[in-house]
This record gives sequence, structure tokens and C-alpha cells, in this order.
Amino acid sequence: MRARTATLWLLAALLGVWGMSSAALAGEAVPLLDPALEARVKHLEEGLRCLVCQGQSVAESDSGFSQDIRAEILSKMREGKSDQEITDFLVERYGDFILFSPPVKSTTALLWAGPLILLAVAALFMVVMILRQRREPRSKLSAEEVRRAESLLGIDEAKDKGGS
Amino acid sequence: MRLRLLLPLAVFGLLVVFLYKGLTLNPSEVPSPLIDKPAPDFSLTRLHDPVAAISNKDMAGKVWMLNVWASWCVSCRQEHPLLVDLSRRGIVPIYGLNYKDTRDEAIAWLQQLGNPYLASAFDADGRVGMDYGVYGVPETYVIDKQGVIRYKQIGPISVDALQNRILPMIRQLQEQA
Repeated sequence: MRARTATLWLLAALLGVWGMSSAALAGEAVPLLDPALEARVKHLEEGLRCLVCQGQSVAESDSGFSQDIRAEILSKMREGKSDQEITDFLVERYGDFILFSPPVKSTTALLWAGPLILLAVAALFMVVMILRQRREPRSKLSAEEVRRAESLLGIDEAKDKGGS
Repeated sequence: MRLRLLLPLAVFGLLVVFLYKGLTLNPSEVPSPLIDKPAPDFSLTRLHDPVAAISNKDMAGKVWMLNVWASWCVSCRQEHPLLVDLSRRGIVPIYGLNYKDTRDEAIAWLQQLGNPYLASAFDADGRVGMDYGVYGVPETYVIDKQGVIRYKQIGPISVDALQNRILPMIRQLQEQA
């Protein structure tokens, strides 16, 4: 019984230490008061390209640029701006390039339609190939050539033996 | 039938053309949406005089250059002699936007390397920089008499860009009413 109590104490102490260390870690992150707001910021940041890191989103990056954008998004959200308004604000300054999914425009039409066009061309090619194979006879050999091929392969010998 | 054999070669040739074009593109250069748009308004204090204001409206009616710089920026050091030389020639007024810097360090930097700017606006928190779409210093804008941005250089100005693009454009803009 005493041993069990000691174990429980030890467990409680360990949990206490763990709790303290996680509290210390939480203190290092940027303190955002409202989890819903934090989720909104994160969601918006994931669609934004960090212009100085190439290929990273603002959410993934901790560069000066991303920090500025993050601060701007947060202050705009606190002013009550919608996600769309904030996105427009940033596009106005940094262009469509800041968006990971470019808007459909005349200049991006090929970008959006390209894969579909490529798929259509490939599908058409496949259909044509299949139809052509069906229409054409399996072998283009004459009867004489077939006989020669069979004799070389030993097919008609076997047939003869089987027949006799 | 013979032509069909050339098809892979043609596709390969096309690919080469695209890849070759890709070699000369700079992925860090983002086309600015601000070209041919009015320069965003700002009103900041002057770097050398914390109580005097400077605004883009002060430059209305003339062609001017806005150079975004900072004492912590390595590439600014590289382009700086070009700006100092340009200011000596007196072709175009150059104004600075001192971006996310401290006054002391910025002033010391200019003392050491020369000051090509008629004045520098002091943008400590980079908010004006954000309005101008600044994401990498240095950046340089050419703004016309109507206050419209006509050119943006991202990164240090090269001699080639200055001689073949910026200066001809400035001359052309200066001739316009």
C-alpha cells in the first residue's frame, strides 16, 4: 500500500514537471488570445506565398517578410476586416504572385486549362490507338509465312506427332 | 510516315525552347501590380529631422526616384555608389525611404558612404514599405509628374538597368507635360 502511494507521488511529481515544461514552451510561442482568431490567421497564411522564401507559405516561414504579413493580417482582423478584404489588400500591393492558387484570368487560363487539355489529348491518343489495333488483323503475315513460322517454332511437328 | 518519326524531336525542341527561356527568368523577381498606378500616399518624418514631415505629395510635378534602403541591407551597399554618382550628375531627384532601420545607424551609414538623397523618409515599422509592396531591400521606383509609378527595380540597380532602362525612361517622362 505504501509502495503504491509512493508511485502515485512520483507520478504526480512527473506530471507536475511535464506541465511546467509545456507551460514554458507555450510561453515561447506568439501569444494569441483567441484560438478562433489564431485559426483564421493560420488558414489565411497558408494560402499566401512568402515572397522572399520561394515555395514556402507565410504560415511556414518565420522570415521578416512573413512576420510583417502576419502582424498586418492580425491587426486587420482586429479591425474587423474580412478574409477577402485582407487578401485584396495584399494582392493590391504584392500582386497575384502572393497567392498560392492564382485567380482564373486570361493570363492564367493556360495554367488552369493546361493539365485538362493534356489529359484530353492523351485520352484521344489512347482511344485512337485502341481502335486501330482492333480494326487491324492481329498478324499481317501471309499463309505461307504463317506455315514457315509454325515449322520454325515446331508447332506443326507437334501437331503431326499428335495426329499420327 | 517519315514526319511522324520527327515528332519526338519536335517535342524535344519545344521543351528546349521553354527551358532555355526559363534560364533567363529570375524567379525572385515578382512583377509589381503597382506599375502605372498612383504611388501610395505617405507622410513620414525625415531621417535627419524627426520633427519635419516628408510626403510623396511634396514631389508632385516632377519626375523622381524613390529608393528603399536600410543600413542593415548588404545589397544597398553594393548599389550605393551608383546612386551617389547619379545624384552628382543631377539628372533626377532621388529620395530615400529608410526601411525598418534605426535613425542613428542610418545616419552613420550615409555619413560613411555618402548621401545621394535630397531627403530620406524614416519608415521605422515598414508600414509605408508594405504599401509600396516592398519585400526585399533595395527597391527603386520611378514616379512621374502625375505621381504615377512607372518603373520598379527589385534588388540593386545594375549599371545595365540604369543606362538602358531607367535613364531613358526618366528622360522620356521629363519631356512629357
